[in-house]
Parts: sequence; C-alpha cells; structure tokens
Amino acid sequence: MGNILEIKELCKAYDDFVLKNVSFALPKGYIMGFVGQNGSGKTTTIRSIMNMTKIDSGSISVFGLDSVRDSIAIKQRLGVVFDSMYLAEHLTAKQIERQIRPFYKNWDSKDFFDSLKRFSLPDNRVVGDFSKGMKMKLMVAIALAHKPELLILDEPTSGLDPVARDELLDILSEYIQDENRGILFSTHITADVERIADYVTILHNGRVWFTGDKDELAEGYAVVKGAESAIPEGLKEKMIGFHNYRNGFEALIRAEDMVCLPDKLECEKASIDEILVYIAKEDKNAVHFEDNTL
Amino acid sequence: MVIVIKNRSELPIYEQIKQQMKAQILDGTLREDEQLPSIRQLARDLKISVITTTRVYNDLLDEGFITSMSGKGYYVAPRNNELLRERMLFEMEDGLQKAVENGRNAGLTDDEIAAALRKFMEG
Repeated sequence: MGNILEIKELCKAYDDFVLKNVSFALPKGYIMGFVGQNGSGKTTTIRSIMNMTKIDSGSISVFGLDSVRDSIAIKQRLGVVFDSMYLAEHLTAKQIERQIRPFYKNWDSKDFFDSLKRFSLPDNRVVGDFSKGMKMKLMVAIALAHKPELLILDEPTSGLDPVARDELLDILSEYIQDENRGILFSTHITADVERIADYVTILHNGRVWFTGDKDELAEGYAVVKGAESAIPEGLKEKMIGFHNYRNGFEALIRAEDMVCLPDKLECEKASIDEILVYIAKEDKNAVHFEDNTL
Repeated sequence: MVIVIKNRSELPIYEQIKQQMKAQILDGTLREDEQLPSIRQLARDLKISVITTTRVYNDLLDEGFITSMSGKGYYVAPRNNELLRERMLFEMEDGLQKAVENGRNAGLTDDEIAAALRKFMEG
C-alpha cells in the first residue's frame, strides 16, 4: 500500500519558534486530521511539505519523491487549499481558471467548471464578492482541477458556517473514494476530524504529541473527574493537565492507567478537543512546577 | 439498510454501526446474499472514516454475519450459516445470563425469574 506522505525528523527553527523532530506518515487511501493549538507548527509543517519554507534538517517524501529535490514534480500531483484566499479579488472564476490552467499538465477545464456548477459558484462574478464559504469552495475546485493524488488543506473550515463545512466534508469523502489518494487537513474544528479522519496527528509546541489511528487516540485516553482525595497514590503524577477546582478535580488519563482507578472517580470518553485542552493545561502545570522548584 | 449514528452516544461509531447491521441481518431487513455497500462507499455515505467502516466489516466477517467475495464485495451471510447460528445462540445465552443476574440482584427467586421469561415469550 505504501505511504503517500512521509515526514521524518523534520526540524525548522525560527527566532521565536522551533519545529522539532516532527515525524509522521499518511498511508495511501486515507484521511489524516492535523490538529494542535495556534502556533503549534501545523502551517510550518504544511509549508515545509510544499517546499515553501526551507527546512533545517529531516526529510519529507511525497509519492516517494523528495520534497526539496522533486518539488516541481510533486506539485503537479498535489492540490492545496489555504485558509485565506490567495486569488486576485477583481477577477472572475473564469479569468482565474485561464490564469492557473497553464501551470498544470493535467489541468481539466471541464472538471473545473463542473465543480463550479456542483458547488453553485458563478463563473462570471468577481471572486472578491464571494462569501467565505464560496471562496473556500472555489479554492477546492482549483485544487481538484488538476486531479491531484494528495490533497492538503490548511484550516479550510475556519470561519465557515456549518452548512459550508458539511459540504466540504462531502467533497472530501467523495475525493477519497479513490484509494490511491490521500488527504491531510489541519483544522481547529475537531468534530470534523472526529468523523471522517482515519488518522490523527496532534502537534504541540512544534513536536508531535500523538500520531496514529484515530480510534487508538479515542480509546487511549479518558477524562477522569472526582475528589482529589480519592486518587490512589502515584497516579496523580501520571495524569495529564491535572486541574483542581473547589468541588473536585479533572484530568486526562491514559487508558493503561485507568485500571487502577477507584469506582469513586468518574471516567468519560475524551474528545480530541478535550485532549488538546488538557495538553495545554499540562504545559501550564509544568511551568508552575518549575517556578516552585526555583 | 438504515444506519443512524448518534454523535452523543457513549458507544463508539463502529460499535453503533455493527449493532445496527447485526440487528437488521437478524430480523431479515437485510436479506441473505444481499450485496452491501463497499467499505469506501459506506464511509462516504455516513461521512465517517474508512478505518471505521473497515473495522465494522472485519468484525462482521469474523462473527459470520457477512461474507466477502474477493473483488466483488460484501454480502449478507446465508441464514443457515453455522457460524451465524452459533453466534445467535451465544448472544441468547449471554442475554439470558445477564437477565438472571439482574433478576437475582433485584432479589427475585429463580421461579419468579422463570415466570418473567415465560411472560416475555408469550408476548
């Protein structure tokens, strides 16, 4: 089957931000959700895959090709959608199509205009007048028109209403019917990931916190709540993002640590959103801990 | 085939689908030898992940509810299938055992539990 995208030990340092040893792989035929707080490094990773930013070390392979050396060949086979529109606002979709078409060997004009029709987008109105949802769909139509094997979307759903988000999920589900394709999409709206993604990668402070099968993530963690006094000895240290309030505590716990939980503590499934929140809380706890030891 | 996924259910999505497909196979809504949607088609229809639907079909295959013909897809297993029958017996015994435990926990005598069962069977 093979991996359509494989990132190994990717490092990239900016003055105020470091991407450190980021490694993950997306097998052909599947959808990966790429999540993490703002500033966790999702966009930098995507820009690295696109060779839009120079990586310090590590390697990225797309379709088995090298992201730096074979950048042009890769882009012919890759479609990308960014969160903000990069198109000239004073042009119509028809004019934009004429502009972009020559860059792609596999560009299919008929397919592009079919997409416009399907997404209910007019081809004779300047795209600056489009709503946010329409702009996103236009970028998807462009990304799909050269029949890419890998589709990368950077926060395509941010700022979209539920209807437009649902339409996008429809488009992605249809796209992946062809099992030789793959999708990597970063998003804050984790409900989207929870549904259609097969794999999830969580980035935190420039590092991979989790990467793997989505079900493994869902089954690997739980939210535990109750009275702090009911926690067995040694377990508190293993909890993630421990948070005490007046009437009890809340924390994230790994499934393997759940066996030693007493009945008095409540355990619930953890959503990806909750996992992200507890990871962030754990950071604050760690800072707090360091302050105390100083 | 009707599948309803509840997002707020405590059951994982694959378990919800599995239970509903099993119920429809057992009550005959899904008829034997009926072709099922492909793994990717089902994922698309329900807007869920391919890994989830793969897991559902693999489990149903293991439990004898469906069969696969390579290159052709998945079908509802024939009802006289030994495996399926065994599975149904197992589920029945499992259910009965739970019923007896619950009854005893509630302080019923074995006679009372048996009477309750008979009442159920008479409808």
